[in-house]
Amino acid sequence: MAHDEVKHDFHLVNPSPWPLLGSLSVVVTALGGVTYMKGLFGLEAGTWWLLAVGLAMVMWVMFGWWREVIKEGGIGDHTPVVQIGLRYGMILFIASEVMFFVGWFWSFFEFAIFESARVGETWDSANALYADGLSRFADWPPVGVETFDPFHLPLINTLILLLSGTTVTWAHHALQHNDRAGAKLGLVFTVLLGMVFTLLQAYEYSHAAFTFDGTLYGSAFFMATGFHGAHVVIGTIFLAVCLIRLLMGGMSAEKHLGFEFAAWYWHFVDVVWLFLFAFVYVVPFLVYGG
Amino acid sequence: MPMDEVAIDHHDSHDHKPGFFTRWLFSTNHKDIGTLYLIFALIAGVVGYTLSGLIRWELAEPGIGVMTQFVAGEGDVAIQNAKHFYNTVITYHGLIMIFFMVMPALIGGFGNWFVPLMIGAPDMAFPRMNNISFWLTVAAFVLACISMTVPGGPGDGFGGGWVLYPPLSSTTGHPGPAMDVLILSLHTAGIASILGAINFIVTILNMRAPGMTMHKMPLFAWGVLITAVLLLLSLPVLAAALTMLLTDRNFGSQFFAPAGGGDPIMFQHLFWFFGHPEVYIMILPAFGIVSHIVSTFSKKPIFGYLGMAYAMVSIGVIGFVVWAHHMYTVGMDVDLKAYFVAATMVIAVPTGIKIFSWIATMWGGSIDFTVPMLWAIGFIFLFTVGGVTGVVLANAGIDHALHDTYYVVAHFHYVLSLGAVFGLFAGWYYWFEKMFGIKYNGMIGGLHFWLMFIGSNVLFFPQHFLGLQGMPRRYIDYADGFATWHMWSSIGYAITLVATLIFFVGLVEAMIRRRKGEANPWGEGATTLEWTLPSPPPFHQFNELPHVSNKGGH
Repeated sequence: MAHDEVKHDFHLVNPSPWPLLGSLSVVVTALGGVTYMKGLFGLEAGTWWLLAVGLAMVMWVMFGWWREVIKEGGIGDHTPVVQIGLRYGMILFIASEVMFFVGWFWSFFEFAIFESARVGETWDSANALYADGLSRFADWPPVGVETFDPFHLPLINTLILLLSGTTVTWAHHALQHNDRAGAKLGLVFTVLLGMVFTLLQAYEYSHAAFTFDGTLYGSAFFMATGFHGAHVVIGTIFLAVCLIRLLMGGMSAEKHLGFEFAAWYWHFVDVVWLFLFAFVYVVPFLVYGG
Repeated sequence: MPMDEVAIDHHDSHDHKPGFFTRWLFSTNHKDIGTLYLIFALIAGVVGYTLSGLIRWELAEPGIGVMTQFVAGEGDVAIQNAKHFYNTVITYHGLIMIFFMVMPALIGGFGNWFVPLMIGAPDMAFPRMNNISFWLTVAAFVLACISMTVPGGPGDGFGGGWVLYPPLSSTTGHPGPAMDVLILSLHTAGIASILGAINFIVTILNMRAPGMTMHKMPLFAWGVLITAVLLLLSLPVLAAALTMLLTDRNFGSQFFAPAGGGDPIMFQHLFWFFGHPEVYIMILPAFGIVSHIVSTFSKKPIFGYLGMAYAMVSIGVIGFVVWAHHMYTVGMDVDLKAYFVAATMVIAVPTGIKIFSWIATMWGGSIDFTVPMLWAIGFIFLFTVGGVTGVVLANAGIDHALHDTYYVVAHFHYVLSLGAVFGLFAGWYYWFEKMFGIKYNGMIGGLHFWLMFIGSNVLFFPQHFLGLQGMPRRYIDYADGFATWHMWSSIGYAITLVATLIFFVGLVEAMIRRRKGEANPWGEGATTLEWTLPSPPPFHQFNELPHVSNKGGH
């Protein structure tokens, strides 16, 4: 819509059907989800096709929308000032994601530390009981719950994620020096490490001695680590898209916002894991099982 | 800054507007999206206002006689159904007014329209994302309306109150799909607001015109900036709580199920960690609007500009650490209550700074009692009333008696429906001519104000008395002793109904008469950048960015 007299560097985006289609697909997905869980509009619970249609529409919108963004980046709409805005935007998005995980950690700590408060102790008596703070974890996990040994698969997964953090930085530096082969190799390693993490996590899940369904520990554990796992998958896809763009000749040494954002996101996922590893795996294990 | 210090582009008359459907369905224009938000908020507001009418109609006299007309069954069955119907009415009244009226109007509507204009930006930072914020809000509203009509607990819809506490919101209280649809509706509204918040923050940080430092930025932009930060940081926590609720309901997790070791009170903590910032989210943009109006019609710069800006910042920051004052009666430790009492009272300090600065702005000014100024002064008065009852309720000891009574209902309606909504109407009458390029009839606007002012006070002031007498909130019926003040409250609603009709009469009158609007109808007092543009502004303004001089104020 920008006409000839525009004398600024901001990006005036052309009208786009994607937002409307996106929100339509969200309505279909939401109603599909409830239909699957509860049954709706005369459809029985367990009916999956409406949810599948909704999710497919969401994927289609994401693909179409972001393809447009990449095209616009290619034709120079992303001027330096617009790039600053995009960076701010990604940082703020990650900030909101951090607060999302605050919710999971909140519930986890509530259950781990204030278990005693919920069974009738007062603040003072609980303080007297657990004067050293750490032993507040004494009631967590609940008696009888067999947890994972943190220094087994979880530690390996920690190392995998930390290693992937270095490979993504390798790829970034290679790209900045226009070493595209190095960038591709670094990204291939990062994506593979992300996939290995997910596979090991899935393996660990399948050997859990507790379940999401019906146990408090399982609820808190699977929700926190599960949402982290989902973010690992998203981050892996994000990095894989960057790899594909690199392979197709996209992104330059000077300008590769998509890559930077994928790397930021990956580091965010990495840091969340470190907190999970410390507080969900290690501390309760040391206090209770160690 | 005075207008002659601002370089603007006057060669903008040939706007290339897209065709009708492209313009309104696929919009990437902040002013069009702002207009869409305002229209949406009007529609949702009428729905929410109709629901409140049902409440006041039922409560006009003792006994259950109104809701029974809307439900199936005879006799006792009808009474039982009426009770659930009443519960759903109050629930959706609250949710719709908060998420689909006040927030879309103040943030989506006025924020979209005037943040870019006031900071001298050509549009929002992410115009296309701006549009999905709007359409997701519509999607959320559609889902909320669907949830009203599908099976919930003992009847259709969710009737557990807007706070969605388990076990009422668990399968124990509402086994049907209504609550699940409502959860996903709020998730959708939350995503819309988070994306909108990112958009506003980036726009304000990155797109201010040359020379406009943060400390020269208009107070409305400050208000929206702080609002957006609160949204960004509080909504994801609500999303987490809602997700736990969803999995508790459908996948067997035990977060809020006491039988499984879970803790329903944790939901209240998570909810109010969002819910308390949410009340500032609804009022901070109105603070900004009122600041501009008071300054414009007193023909003075706002008193204590920096204090006003940082008062909002501190309200936002402290707003994150006071949430449990909504939960004094859940059995929390007395030390914890003492902390939340003290922290809550602290908020009265920056709020007092704002009230006194508005008064100081008017002091010695040459005041024009225009329609927006009436609404702004009404806002200051009514918000102060709501604020002092807030200080009363902040005391945990008193709150033990007043919790969940009509005193609380009166308090939050004074700060919201007489605070935020008066700020909203103030903004509507302040910017109407700027947005739509036509003038409204000041007589009709004044009548709207006075009837609304009288009506809403008659409606809500007696509710303080009801609360002090012990009338619990959310009850469909009450003892005869409460009848007098309930009757007056319903009479007050009837007066606001007339006022609302007059509002629409004024809107239609302005649309029919089409008196041509001026660029700046308010004269020398109106100093922000939007008044340097024609009314309505061109489709794309500031193709050449304005330069803000060092001499300028705010």
